[in-house]
Amino acid sequence: MFDWRWDFTFEILPRLIVATGNTLLAAGLGYAIAVVLGLVFALAQRTPFRPLTIAVREAVEFIRSTPLVLQIFFVFYVGPQFGIRLSPWTAGMIAIGLHYAAYLSEVYRGGLESVPKGQWEAAKSLNLSTARTYFRVILPQALPPSLAGMGNYLVGIFKDTPMLSVIGVAELMHTANAIGSETYRFLEPFTLVGIIFLCISLPTAALIRLFEGWVRRKLGLG
Amino acid sequence: MNTTDVSAFPLRLEGDAIPMVSFKKVTKSYGNLVVLDSLDLDVAEGEMVTVIGPSGSGKTTVLRMLMTLETINGGVIYVDGEPLTHMERDGKLVRADSRHLRKMRSKIGMCFQHFNLFPHMTALENCMEGPVHVLGMSKKEARERSEELLAMVGMAEKRDQHPSRLSGGQQQRVAIARALAMRPKVMLFDEVTSALDPEVIGEVTNVIRQLVAEHNLTMLMVTHQMGFAKDISDRICFFYSGRIEEQGTPDELFGNPQKERTQQFLSAVKEAS
Repeated sequence: MFDWRWDFTFEILPRLIVATGNTLLAAGLGYAIAVVLGLVFALAQRTPFRPLTIAVREAVEFIRSTPLVLQIFFVFYVGPQFGIRLSPWTAGMIAIGLHYAAYLSEVYRGGLESVPKGQWEAAKSLNLSTARTYFRVILPQALPPSLAGMGNYLVGIFKDTPMLSVIGVAELMHTANAIGSETYRFLEPFTLVGIIFLCISLPTAALIRLFEGWVRRKLGLG
Repeated sequence: MNTTDVSAFPLRLEGDAIPMVSFKKVTKSYGNLVVLDSLDLDVAEGEMVTVIGPSGSGKTTVLRMLMTLETINGGVIYVDGEPLTHMERDGKLVRADSRHLRKMRSKIGMCFQHFNLFPHMTALENCMEGPVHVLGMSKKEARERSEELLAMVGMAEKRDQHPSRLSGGQQQRVAIARALAMRPKVMLFDEVTSALDPEVIGEVTNVIRQLVAEHNLTMLMVTHQMGFAKDISDRICFFYSGRIEEQGTPDELFGNPQKERTQQFLSAVKEAS
């Protein structure tokens, strides 16, 4: 029933491993953008300047309410009509980074809101500047409760990188598909892709939990 | 709170002395709920004033307004001769900008019911944060000052512990050292023993007693510890629904209260304890 060919499996494995590197790179870069931009989105929603907070909040809602694959297509195919020509990699990183930034900003928002009001008042009574209050007092306390959510989205962005194949980013899915088209064998490449994703996702989730505990201890939060 | 005529709120002079803290017709309300109703209260330099009263009488609001944690709806507060949340411009008082607020806040230190220590910093780091990053002191100098103050409150040995490893009484003593490290002219104690277990209240009140005895700080305190208030205060203010119902020396107020509401409150407190 199963027509699994081991020789073929080992033949395509090196190509898939190289593509795994691209997948990890895409996930890593996209996540780095999302982590930073998400914080900007979260903080922008807390400024006293109403038009900015409303604009950012609506943008976040818009991004969260539309499919990632549409956003990827939009940046890559609609951009050129406005004179913005981007390589698949650049367009992909912008789209996936923005998408996950919107989700992460909500994670940060929850973390920020979990910091007791008394911490703000203590910072104010010590006359700390707004920047100092955020970066030294509030964010270190908002981080540990955000880590679980951040970890989920790290695994999430990793699993969403195959969507970049639609605009030709040579990640795992794209490569597996290419192998299939060349050889008319899809069983081995797609099975391997699944196994590779599993082998990375599972330990990552465990590592995130360890990291969370380490951060709490490091910050003296027990 | 737009523009206000300065002359409507003269900073009264008693002899030569300008009060360290002066509330002039200060009003605070949340919607229709009036928390403070045209409050007038002067606190002289070095004076220890305790505010008592039933919950909801506005006593904590008095301290929170002084720390600029609450805005005011009317009137003017003076601290050290200058308006707290206003600035004088062309004979008018206008809303203070953030620079003025920061300058005024530096004169005031506050301790809270729930300590509000920064949980991710050690006791020493909690005390050094303000001196280094607000006063611009060198780390070495800030460390010396903080260690001195931690020793004063009996917490020198615990200086490298995080708050989660300290008891409530210990955390509150660190919080007092942290506030003092900023060298405020006015110290505010907002129910600092209310969240403590009975057996550790003494270690906090003893620190405050020591402050009263050895330092010429102006202090305002809200407390439910009547015995403690009686011992150390120069003056007691009994608040009732947003007003000072009665005030006087501890002997006057506890020994011979004049108003019926004061008598009722004090006898209710006595029965409870």
